Amino acid sequence: MKEITKDLLREISDWNGEFKGAYNLREDGMCAGRVSSKNIKIESKKDQPGLEIFVAPGTKDETVSIPACVTHGDVDDLVYNDFYIGEGADVTIVAGCGIHTETGEPARHNGIHRFFLKKDSKVKYLEKHIGKGHGTGLRSIDPVTEAELEDGAVLEMDTAQIGGVDRTTRITSAKLGAGAKLLIRERILTEMEQTAKTDFKVELNGKDSGVDLISRSVARGNSHQEYHSVIIGNAPCTGHSECDAIISENGKVDAAPELHARDNDAALIHEAAIGKIAGEQILKLRTLGMTEEEAEATIIDGFLS
Amino acid sequence: MIKLLRLKNISWSTPEGVSVLQNLNLTVPDGKLIVITGPNGGGKTTLAKIIAGIYQQNSGSIFLNDTDISGLNITERAKLGISFAFQQPVRFKGITVRRLIELAAGQKLSKNELCDIMSKVGLCAEEYINREVNTTLSGGEIKRIEIATVLARHSVLTVFDEPEAGIDLWSFTNLIKTFEGIRSNLNGSIVIISHQERILRIADEIVVVANGSIKTQGSAEKMMKVLSEDRSIFGRCSKQEALF
Repeated sequence: MKEITKDLLREISDWNGEFKGAYNLREDGMCAGRVSSKNIKIESKKDQPGLEIFVAPGTKDETVSIPACVTHGDVDDLVYNDFYIGEGADVTIVAGCGIHTETGEPARHNGIHRFFLKKDSKVKYLEKHIGKGHGTGLRSIDPVTEAELEDGAVLEMDTAQIGGVDRTTRITSAKLGAGAKLLIRERILTEMEQTAKTDFKVELNGKDSGVDLISRSVARGNSHQEYHSVIIGNAPCTGHSECDAIISENGKVDAAPELHARDNDAALIHEAAIGKIAGEQILKLRTLGMTEEEAEATIIDGFLS
Repeated sequence: MIKLLRLKNISWSTPEGVSVLQNLNLTVPDGKLIVITGPNGGGKTTLAKIIAGIYQQNSGSIFLNDTDISGLNITERAKLGISFAFQQPVRFKGITVRRLIELAAGQKLSKNELCDIMSKVGLCAEEYINREVNTTLSGGEIKRIEIATVLARHSVLTVFDEPEAGIDLWSFTNLIKTFEGIRSNLNGSIVIISHQERILRIADEIVVVANGSIKTQGSAEKMMKVLSEDRSIFGRCSKQEALF
């Protein structure tokens, strides 16, 4: 494993020399290590680059890590990973991505993840994206996530992209069966000339299904973010989306939430707030002894935590 | 008597030119609790903000322990040990009660240390430290957390701007208990802007500010008598416990 990979891993997956449980490490488009466990099998796809990950029914409290690292420029990595989660399983998936380029050449990782959650299964999905290194080479991460949740399944997605990624387009879609729940917590920080586009589409097809979609973002420098969410209630269901954004300097944010109620008992809510940091917040922290710059950094750090 | 804070000929006008304070002089002795009271619009909150550096006086001087701090900004005054509790506490999405109190203390705190601070404002640390300082906290809760942040700082001078504002009666009773507790273990000097009789009663000294200057001042015992006998000077208030 390269030293750059180790540095990236520490940031994206709390790696401290070893992985907990099953894992597959992808380094510059190649497999750099893989371990399956008794209940979690990781296999290479036969027809395209990527993995098939099978979690046995009833598996409890296990973790599978599938980090991907790009350590230099002139790499365009594309990977298709499919997760099959057995009935009643309860697992954590850690799927960070780190990109490093110094040469002025672009580096890109495009991860297409599909989740198939069987009845009453539960997945906590943690994904951290970072870009590192100097030079003008564009660092791009374009994840596509598709999820199908059977009755009673729960998918909790916690994603963070805190700086360093020049271009990102994030596309997430999900279809939920009866009683299934989807919780998404997304955090994005863009700066300089970076752009980030995030697109959600959630179809609530089963009775008592629900989604809670929370996006917090900070756009500073000359960066630009676009947020678009579509929640479709096709059954008696609950849908909530919340888009909070802080803008500073010349940062720009566009938010376009859509709610579609196709059932009389669909209850859908959207909240959105975009604005600069409240002056009172800065004042309060200054009365605690912080400078204006320290106060702003603390507020943003908390907002994105 | 050691003078901790001295305001000399302080004047301040709004950016639109409306005069709010005129040549105000005030001395806060070391180790004393001063309550500043008076009718609404008289300049009390402006005075509190000038002490903390949130507003800069147009003229006059401010001394802390005989050091001229007139030109210092909010951060610099905070570093010298001046704390300010806001009348309307600020909420922060994503920042927990624990984090805010640790930021105030300037260091990480153990659960026991957090418990000590939170219990002074009548809150159970276990229940609150992991909660965000956001809109899920009630008016009474956020007020007490605001007070906890200034208590965590061990300041030489703490200014409370109308701590009773915007809270319900039940929270008010608890708030009074909190201030009685602070009074009995007074650390540094305290200035409280307040309309409430029960807060006035725990003062060492009461200062009445009206129309931008100090109208009268004296010991709590003397001033309570003056104020209760002659409310007509400042007008009556329908609130049972409010003097103004």
